[in-house]
This record gives sequence, structure tokens and C-alpha cells, in this order.
Amino acid sequence: MSLTPEDILKIAHLARLEVPEEESSDYARELSAILDFVEQMNEADTRDILPLSHPQDATLRMREDKINESDQREYYQSLAPETEGGHYLVPKVIE
Amino acid sequence: MSDWETVIGLEVHVQLKTASKIFSGAATDYGSEPNTQACAVDIALPGVLPVMNQEAARMAVVFGLAIGAKINQRSIFARKNYFYPDLPKGYQISQYELPIVAEGQLEINVDGQLRSIGITRAHLEEDAGKSVHEGFHGATGIDLNRAGTPLLEIVSEPDLRTSAEAVAYLKKLHSLVRYLGICDGNMQEGSFRCDANISVKPRSTSTLGTRAEIKNINSFRFVERAITFEIERQIDLLEEGGSVIQETRLYDADRDETRSMRGKEEAHDYRYFPDPDLPPLLLSDQFLDQVAASLPELPEARSARFVSEYKLDPGEATKLVDDRAVADFFEATVKDSPKEAKRVANWINGEMAARLNRQNLTISDSPVTPDLLNRLIQRIADGTLSGNTAKEVFSALWEGERDVDQVIDDKGLKQITDSGTIESIVDEVLNGFVDQVEQYKGGNTKVFGFLVGQVMKRSQGKANPKQVNELLRNKLG
Amino acid sequence: MTISNASPVTLSTLSAALHNRELSSVELTTDYLNRIERHSDLNAFITVDPDSALKQAEEADRSIATGNPGPMTGIPIAHKDIFCTQGMATTCGSKMLEKYISPYDATVVERLKQAGAVTLGKTNMDEFAMGSSNENSFFGAVSNPWDKNRVPGGSSGGSAAAVAAGISPAATGTDTGGSIRQPASFCGLTGLKPTYGRVSRWGMIAFASSLDQAGPITRTAEDAAIMLGIMAGFDQRDSTSVERAVPDYRATLDDSLDGLTIGLPREYFDQGLDSEVGDAVERALHQLQSQGVRTVEIELPNSMLGIPCYYVIAPAEASSNLARFDGVRYGYRADNYQDLNELYCRSRTEGFGPEVRRRIMIGTYALSAGYYDAYYLKAQKLRRLIANDFEQAFAHCDLIVGPTAPTTAFRIGAKTHDPVSMYLNDIYTNAANLAGLPALSIPCGLDSQNLPIGLQLVGNYFDESRLLNVAHRFQIESDHHLQQPTKV
Repeated sequence: MSLTPEDILKIAHLARLEVPEEESSDYARELSAILDFVEQMNEADTRDILPLSHPQDATLRMREDKINESDQREYYQSLAPETEGGHYLVPKVIE
Repeated sequence: MSDWETVIGLEVHVQLKTASKIFSGAATDYGSEPNTQACAVDIALPGVLPVMNQEAARMAVVFGLAIGAKINQRSIFARKNYFYPDLPKGYQISQYELPIVAEGQLEINVDGQLRSIGITRAHLEEDAGKSVHEGFHGATGIDLNRAGTPLLEIVSEPDLRTSAEAVAYLKKLHSLVRYLGICDGNMQEGSFRCDANISVKPRSTSTLGTRAEIKNINSFRFVERAITFEIERQIDLLEEGGSVIQETRLYDADRDETRSMRGKEEAHDYRYFPDPDLPPLLLSDQFLDQVAASLPELPEARSARFVSEYKLDPGEATKLVDDRAVADFFEATVKDSPKEAKRVANWINGEMAARLNRQNLTISDSPVTPDLLNRLIQRIADGTLSGNTAKEVFSALWEGERDVDQVIDDKGLKQITDSGTIESIVDEVLNGFVDQVEQYKGGNTKVFGFLVGQVMKRSQGKANPKQVNELLRNKLG
Repeated sequence: MTISNASPVTLSTLSAALHNRELSSVELTTDYLNRIERHSDLNAFITVDPDSALKQAEEADRSIATGNPGPMTGIPIAHKDIFCTQGMATTCGSKMLEKYISPYDATVVERLKQAGAVTLGKTNMDEFAMGSSNENSFFGAVSNPWDKNRVPGGSSGGSAAAVAAGISPAATGTDTGGSIRQPASFCGLTGLKPTYGRVSRWGMIAFASSLDQAGPITRTAEDAAIMLGIMAGFDQRDSTSVERAVPDYRATLDDSLDGLTIGLPREYFDQGLDSEVGDAVERALHQLQSQGVRTVEIELPNSMLGIPCYYVIAPAEASSNLARFDGVRYGYRADNYQDLNELYCRSRTEGFGPEVRRRIMIGTYALSAGYYDAYYLKAQKLRRLIANDFEQAFAHCDLIVGPTAPTTAFRIGAKTHDPVSMYLNDIYTNAANLAGLPALSIPCGLDSQNLPIGLQLVGNYFDESRLLNVAHRFQIESDHHLQQPTKV
């Protein structure tokens, strides 16, 4: 699979990563090599095969609707880079 | 205008009123101090994992059964990936290919016309946090209290054709989720949020037009206005030779218009895939049976029963079942006097409803209990009270009186039924209003009401109206 | 008294020494802290907290003196820096979490703490567990104690190096595509990846959620049994944790191997396998046969496609798991940014190393519109084929054996220029992750350069007891696991 520098920039944006334009060709080449490698998968015939998302085809366990957490805002926000008035701060978002 | 046909689909996000969040044990109360109800899972600290709240699943099934939908006994949680500060994990846990509730329907009534609106699906997902743009001087503040609250996203088929239908659908849905006890329906607090997908097309063609999505409309009135504006906007655009862009728009209530949302973030690639942290949800037959057995009598069935069992009009019945507590109140009141059902319905839908609305109370706050109302109605039925005097007694009960007969005695409100007494009052009035009597005899039938009124006045409203009418007619000839 | 370097120290011998009051936990812990210092050039540790360790040791000594000490009471261990530890940094080998101190302990950490183990510190690892050589750490590469110019394997390289060098008696690791087994193989240790769901992932920073499992890295199978017995078990905080009783792994260690059948996958021995590795594996099989085991040839037709399959699924899940690292609520935040988008992009680009960014990109692509079917969905289907292969194979044998890695430890820098060549390290290991099966690596010899060779045993679901039993009996009749790097 051949990725173009434009593809790289699109993927990088989806992933919120920066790829400087001058590096996008190299990156494209590198990732294309990995994707080529990965295409070996097509050797396997997977028609009529169901995908396996969870080993042993597990099923979901549910819990009772009970409150078991308390306010630990101060502790958690001591980990945060920027807070104010109990809020996490980010640059202003315009909607 | 009539060359164009409108196609409307609605997506409603219903906040399920569980005690704790869908994937964590934090509380879901509204209005708490910011980030005091956001635990490690809600904040997406490294290493945390989601655990499913069974009540959210139960409520989703309750809804599905209530709309006659197919329940997918096997449903899958999927990650919807995108970056936004109020979405701590960088993905929302939702359902994509296999939602818990599949096709169902909701019947709506628009000006007497019944229509069945298809519901494509309803799925469970978690709510995001809140972004606060004011008060942080050039920054945005993020409050994650709401992050992780369970939502049921209900998607309608694009079956709606007018803004009136859309509003009827929303009101019905709103009433239903409250009736089922799965949502408090508080639109101001964001418990019930509506997005509308609108497109127009020439009536002659069958291909749907490009649709625009109007997001986050939080009142029925705004829904109507937003849809109306948008339909016009699209038609104008197309008639001028332009084309409708598929985009997200916001309804601006102040200007009564829809606006395109800023930024070209329209083309979201959500990269849905099954969430590896949550195996498929399997609901057993036993679980479904249990939920089905626990369902309350649904509004439609209850309304129909009110009509057949209590002989109410469909309109009266529908009004009663709009709120489950009201319907319960009605049945509690009429259980001892089923023959008075219509009268009870009138009192609840009329006088009681008016007072509750004025004072911003729910029926559970009513000072007049079903028992008291029943006694009052019985005194009307047995002739002790007339319509007017009953109102007086009701007021007293509302103010705190607890004994109907005591109030009647204290206020001397017993209806006068002694024909002799009534006759003497009638005679007084006929003698005192000779002109009006002349007018009546001259053919002016309207003056009869005046004379009746005078008799009632003289008797302080206590004279039995039926007897007054009879006597007056006899005497006037 | 200090522990001699002459013979490898095990958890069971240490435990006996502590219970018999031959030495105290404080003495033992102090000894190990000194060793860690002496061997800091290995770069096996990211964080060491002597004060905290000694405090824990004191408490352990008190409980040995008064109450009922357990098998791990007072024994120092190291945790891979992927496990959240309250009060001690958890970096995941990344600049993104360089200063992060988790407000809670991982379940694995909790359980070992409750069992009385003393935490020496957090070991180095490939960043966010992405790597097979521990060359991808923000905190620098780790050296293999057997040859410091060579890699210890990855991503649990620090844990393996620490145990191999004798600077920690045992350590925890995680395994997503081979990250416990391959370093164990490269460092001459016993490393176990349990059945998926056997050990809780709560507090274990997620790389690929459907593949990750925590496990022990130890000198012996018996030690692995001790640690697994403590680490394993249902945890309601992890929805993928399995509700299944934990057997007494030690009770069956000495069971006879008579009548056991080992399956040998044709595909593992078909490829151009390094001859020395192949020879060592063959000798190991002969030994097992002499112990009563019989072998049969089996087929795992799709197993060689495990690598491409893995390198779609793992990056895809990782790309989503790592989206939470955005500089907003914790972790690295860029200094300069004009708007939200720049905050995200700069924090993530500066915070993540090149391999992590590479895999996030691959994963994002594999899930993206138009490519999901060809990549992610295809990989999930292939995954089922791989799991089915094993299921069919286990109808004919009790466990499956082969080499752990295609080579012995390679030189530092030898494969960093070509990501794909690095990925091929996982060729024998990642199928077990894809299927969710338990697998164990034990040393089975040294090559001509005195580098350890690993033998891999793959078992059926929840058959850890059998794996440990076979490994233990093998170790009783051989001494590969007793070899130590001479230069330490």
C-alpha cells in the first residue's frame, strides 16, 4: 500500500500528531513499507469467518447501579497541568 | 411551497436516570461543583477500565419493549474516536453496528391524525463532560461531572414531514420516557436533547435531498421554529439554483435562525471499532422476561382502558396518561366511585392541573389527596354541593383542610334542594326583574341565563341548579 | 549477611531464609538496593525508592516476627513501569508520563503488596510497551547483563535485565506480543504470559487491550508459580477479567510428565531457524522425552501470519488507548501553543517517541474510513483462524513447544533502522496473544557466544498449572536456568 505525503498529513491530523511537511515523504515511505508487510494477511482466506474481538468469546459482566466513588477532585487535579476554579483549562474553543 | 416535500429525522439523546454512571461508580446528580463527580475512570487516568451498569441496560430494554421494538439480545459497545477536551479518553464508548434496541415505532397524533413513526434504533452510550467558555479569560474550562452519564440515543426513521409532526413526536417521546421512569425529561438541564436532520426534495422525485443537521435544540418551541426556518432556508437556496451543504448547524433562538457551525470539522472519521475492554452484552431470555413483567401498563393501553372502563373521552384519557403519577392519582381517586370517573377526570385535568402549574408543583405535591378528592366528588354526586360550592371546598382543601364534610358545615355550603325554599327565591327574582321577564316572554331566550344567575346569586350559589332551571321554566311558561 | 552470587537466588529460598530469621527483610532489601546502585549502567531501573522500600521491609519484618508471613513477605521485587504505583512515578518509559504519579495502585501491585512483597522500584521498558528490545525508552536503552552491547529484549527489558543481573529476585512484566517471553529468552529467565483474563488489567497502562496480560519474570518455574498465584484472580474492576478460581500452582509442580503429549508445529521448524537455536530446542525436547513426554507433529497453518495480524490489531487498539494523552488532565503538556489543536499536536508529538508515533499512525490508518475492512476487520478474522488452529492442535496434544525467539540477543542498534525487521522478533510469540492462550519461556541452553536460548511452551486456556509443571520438571533435570552472566 502506497501512502502519499497527503495521506500522512491526514492521518497525522486524525491522530493529533505533527509531521513537518519536509518529513512527510519519508514518513510515507516508512509507513508504506509496514503496510506492505502487513498485506501478507491477504494470503489467508477469511471469507465466512467471524472476527474475534475478545479471546474466548467472553461476554459482558454488569454491576449494580450503586455510587461507590467520592469527591477526590483536589487529589486528581494535583496531577493536572492547568486548572482554575475546579475546571481543567484548555485554550478557548469556539463553537 | 407545495412542490416541495420535507423529510425530517430526529435523534434524541435521553439521559437515563441511574444513580451512578454507565461505566463507573461516580454519582450522576446534576448541578454539583465542577469535577466533584468525576472519578478516575471518568477522567480517563492511565490504566482505568469501564464496568457496565446493569440499570442502564435494563432501562434501555424497558424503552425498547415500550416501543414494540426488537431487542438485540447480543449488542456490542464500540469506540467512537475523536479529540475534544470534554471527551477525556479521546473516544466515546457508544454502540455502532449492533445497538441494544432495533426497530420499533411511536404513534403520534397531529390534530386528530394518527401516524406511526418508525424508530430505527436506540443505543446506549456515555455522555461527555461540559465545556465552559465564559469566565476563564481566553481559555475554556472543562467540567467532567457529566462525563460518563448514561445516554440512550433514539434515532427515528426519516418519516416526519412537518415541524408539527416533529414536535408531536418529541412530546410523545418525552412523555413516554418520563412515564417509564427512565428519564426526568428536564430539557433545561439537558436530560432530553434533540438533533434534527432536515432535507427537502421536489415532491415528484424520490431521491432524498442533502440534509443538514441542527444540533442540540432544547425546547419544543425551538424545535418547531428551527425546523420551520431550516425548511424555508433550504427551499429558498434550491429555488435560487444553489445546493444544500451537508453540515451541522446550530439554532440561534435570539435571532430565530439556524447557523452553520464554525470550523470545517464536519468530516469526522470516527474509526468505530468494538471496544476491547467490554465484551459483547448478552441479555438472557430470562432477563427480557423479567423486564417485560416489570413494565408498567403503557400509556396507550392505559388510555384505551380509561376510555373503555371509565367511559372517558379519548382526549381526557390521553391527557391523564401523559404523566404516570397523574394517571395513578386518577385511578386511586376513582377506585371507590368508578361512576364518577368523568367528573374526576375533569377536576384533575382542570382545576388541579391549573393550580399545580401555577405553583410549579407535581401531582405528588398536591395537598388534595386521591381520598380527599374522592370525597369531594361524592358530595357533588349526592347533590350536597354544586359546581360552584365544590370549588370553594376544593380551595379550602388545597389550603390544608382535611375534612370535606367539616368544611361544608363550617362554610354552610350545603346545596339547597328544598323546592319550597328555591321556589320562594325564584319568585323573588321574578318579581324583582320584571323587565327581563317581559323580554323573555317577548322571545329573548338569552335572558333566561341572567335570571338563573340571579337566583344562584341570591342563594349564595347553593341552590340546586337543576331545580332552579326547572322551576324557572315552569313559572315563565 | 548478604545473598551469595554463587548460585541463583529464588523466591522460595529467600522466603525460607526470611522465615527462619537467617536474615531480615531490611538486610535483604538493603543488599538489593546496593546491587541496583552497583549495576546502574545496565539502566534497568527508571525509579528506585530506597526510603519507601526500607519502610516496607521494616513492616515485613514485623509481620514475620508476629504473624503468619506469606510466601512473598519481605521479598523485594521490581515492577515494570507500566503498572500504576501510588506515590511512585509511573512513566511507561515515556516523556509523556515522565513525572506522572498515579493516585491509585494497579491490582497486580496491590496484590503483591498485600502478600508482603517489597517494591524496590520501577523497571525500564520500551515506551508504552511498544518494542522488542527496550531501545525505545525515553530513559535510554537497557543492556543485557549477558553482554552489555546487546539488548535484553522488550518491552519488559528492564525487568528481565534486573532479574538476570541478580539485582532483583523477581519482577513483573507485561506481554502483548511476546514482551515477557522474549526478554526472558534473551536473558536466560523464566517468563510467563497467563491466559487472557487470568490477571487483572486494572492499573496496567493499556497498549493493546485485547492482547495485554501481566505476568512474572523469575529465575525458576517454581518462582513463577508463586508469583502467579498472587497476581492471578478475578477483579471486578476489569470487565475482561475472568471469574475462575485460581488453582494452587505449586501443588502440581512435581506431577509426573508420563503420558503428556507435546505438539511440535511444523511451521516453527520449517523456517530458516537459527541452527543453534534449533539445536538447543531439539536437545530440550529429547530431555522432555526422556522424562516421559511424547511428541507429535502438528500444524498451525496460519501462525506465521500472526505478525502482520498483530501489527494491525495492536497499533489500532493502541492508537485509541493513547488518545487520552493530550496534555489536559495529566502528563506532558507542551510549553508553546496557540490554540487547542496545537496543544494536542505539540504535547503528543513532543511527548511520544518515534516508534509510538509510528504505531499510532498505522493504527489510525487501519481503522480509518475505507480501510477498516481491509486492515482491522481482516486482521480480526485472521485472528480467529489462528485461534482455531490452536484449538484443533490441542485435540492432539497437551501443550505446544518451540523456540521462543528466532535468534538470541542481538546487538544494540542492530535493528533500529528497520521497524519490520524488529517486528519479526515476535514470530513465535504473538500467536498466543492473538488467541489468548497462556505461554511460558524457559532457558534451554546457551549459544556459542554464551547467550541464552529460550524454549516456549504454549498451553490451552487456563492450563498454567500444566505449563509450570512441565517447566519445573524440566528445570529439575537440567541446569540451564541456573546459568548466570559471568560478568555481573
